[in-house]
Amino acid sequence: MELNANLIVGKRRPNGRKGMSASQRREAKWGLIFISPWLIGFFIFHLVPMIASLGFSMFSFTLSAPDEARFVGLDNWRRMLFEDPNTWITLGVTFKFAFISLPIGMITAFMLAVLLNSENLLGRNLFRTLFYAPTMVPLIAAILIWSQVLNPQTGWVNRGLDAIGIQALGAGGLRWLDNPNLIYLAYTFIGIWGIGNAILINLSALQGVPTELYEASKIDGAGWSRRLLNITLPMVSPVIFYNLVLSVVGLLQYFIVPWVLNGGSGYPEGTTRFFMVHFYKQAFTFQNMGYGASLAWLIFIIGLMITLALFISARYWVYYAGERN
Amino acid sequence: MASVTSVQKTTERDLARVTSIDVKTARRRRNLLNQFAITLLAVILLSIYLMPLAYGGITSLKTSAQASDSRAPILPMSTTALPYEGRQLDIYTVPIDGEMLELALLRAGRQSSTFINPADLDAEPIEWEGNWRQLEPVRELDVQWSNYSRAWNAIRFARLLGNTMMYALVTMFGTLIASSLTAYGFARFRFPGKNILFMVLISTIILPPAVTLVPTYAFFVNVLGWGGSWLPLIVPQMFGNAYNVFLLRQYFLTIPRELEEAAYIDGAGPFRTFISIILPQAMPALTAVALFHFFFAWNDFFGPLIYLAGSRDLNPITVGLTEFNGLYSSEPNLILAAAIISMILPLAIFFMAQRVFIQGIVITGVDK
Repeated sequence: MELNANLIVGKRRPNGRKGMSASQRREAKWGLIFISPWLIGFFIFHLVPMIASLGFSMFSFTLSAPDEARFVGLDNWRRMLFEDPNTWITLGVTFKFAFISLPIGMITAFMLAVLLNSENLLGRNLFRTLFYAPTMVPLIAAILIWSQVLNPQTGWVNRGLDAIGIQALGAGGLRWLDNPNLIYLAYTFIGIWGIGNAILINLSALQGVPTELYEASKIDGAGWSRRLLNITLPMVSPVIFYNLVLSVVGLLQYFIVPWVLNGGSGYPEGTTRFFMVHFYKQAFTFQNMGYGASLAWLIFIIGLMITLALFISARYWVYYAGERN
Repeated sequence: MASVTSVQKTTERDLARVTSIDVKTARRRRNLLNQFAITLLAVILLSIYLMPLAYGGITSLKTSAQASDSRAPILPMSTTALPYEGRQLDIYTVPIDGEMLELALLRAGRQSSTFINPADLDAEPIEWEGNWRQLEPVRELDVQWSNYSRAWNAIRFARLLGNTMMYALVTMFGTLIASSLTAYGFARFRFPGKNILFMVLISTIILPPAVTLVPTYAFFVNVLGWGGSWLPLIVPQMFGNAYNVFLLRQYFLTIPRELEEAAYIDGAGPFRTFISIILPQAMPALTAVALFHFFFAWNDFFGPLIYLAGSRDLNPITVGLTEFNGLYSSEPNLILAAAIISMILPLAIFFMAQRVFIQGIVITGVDK
């Protein structure tokens, strides 16, 4: 019976809810029931707060005196974009750090994956596990360990550099966490301990590259670096893209490392006043909820634009095998 | 799955290649050389990569004086002393007649000093010409295991652990239930707007949490009065999250439909089928999600920082460790011991369950 109904009704009115047969409607009902936990959560914790956040950004509003909230129109936005220099300073810090940390992190992850994929590496599974292990170290613990190991006098980084003949100890030595020129490198080191997922994803993409491609290019006389550039990179470009998007999103949220190391003071010389530190202070230290909401929307818009730009650029450099052009 | 078997296959191929007798000697030698070079490179890189961990482990076993002394040896060593007539005499390595002797300093002088030999206390004291300050003190291994119990007590680790575990386990079950239901809905049922909803779900991954934070915070703290409690952190986790839904959906799609169809014919409803047919088959994916969530909760910092502000008894490990770092900055050895205590459980779980875990990461990153 149902099958019949399906054929007749379904053919005449293929689209729209009204055109669904009883069994299709039943299926749709159960589908919606099953996804309802997420759907409800999405409305309560994503959609409504996002819109509310935009509304908040038009109010002058502190949590301690919610009754005194008043509508100020675009005042918060004007202050944020044209009057408060911290907006652009902290965005600049965030981007400068991203430009240093992102390429280093992504290249390291890719090269380590190439190494772990090498036929010549003995004990590959063991190496894979051990290279992943630091990613499992809780971030706070990793920050504390790195802040000690980068200590200019007692840390092993400087003592190691000194042992191989690079002047790192002493008065003219490398003060990683105090020197504005070294601080982003030091933070990048801490970040390098979190690239395990990127390594694994790169690695599994490398394992998926058909070996025939390599064999064919070997016959054509291509060397190792040529094969890497012309076969491996295009073939794994989808996961490079995936890692890139996630890294950019993560870097725009960068907060915990500067917060744990200097409590958001921006030490040294304001070089660690990241945008999220600025947001946290405005919203939660000074309780400027309205202004905080406009900052949050600004970073959301910036993130969205970068992500869109990346997706558009992906058409030109990301290669999806099996996809028609 | 696929990645693991392909690794095994390539290893077998490697073995076959190495042991094959037919290969020419020259080629085999070059292969061995390549293997040696690549493996050596990996060992060197790994040592650099893991060096801070070794540093942390070793320094956490030093006294705070050693940990802050730039000339202290790498291992936790203490200078040694000889108890002698109610005094503690420091022991030095003294060059005498071309021999290096370990002697205890009895009387220190600028031009010459008097030593006695700890091995032969009855012998005449030995006079040595030179500045004793130039001498190297004799050190012996002196491991401060007590740092760990001191750190454990100072940071009140049992309480932090209890809070973190409570949070991790409660939200783990919540997110498992919500995410697996949602994933099943997306994997098996057709409904209007499904593709758009799935896109929306995935795009929440790149939504910065800040953009929803201010109203959510105001709602939880001002409207519901949940400030200073774990509720604002626990409740949102009960509705699933995009990563977990995605991973579970990918896994559900690989489960053949026959068993479900059989269950339907036997009269089981969708919920029964889901619980009795799907969940048991999806144990690897569910385990991976449980692990991911556990590590997420173990690391969660921002949420507890803003919602628990002021109630130290409720702190999780992350916030407790950060406060400890501020309070004990003169005792780096204790800070490191506390940091290491906080990583033991996640690392142990990872090493035990790495296979499931690594597969889960690969599914979220590659299968699309």
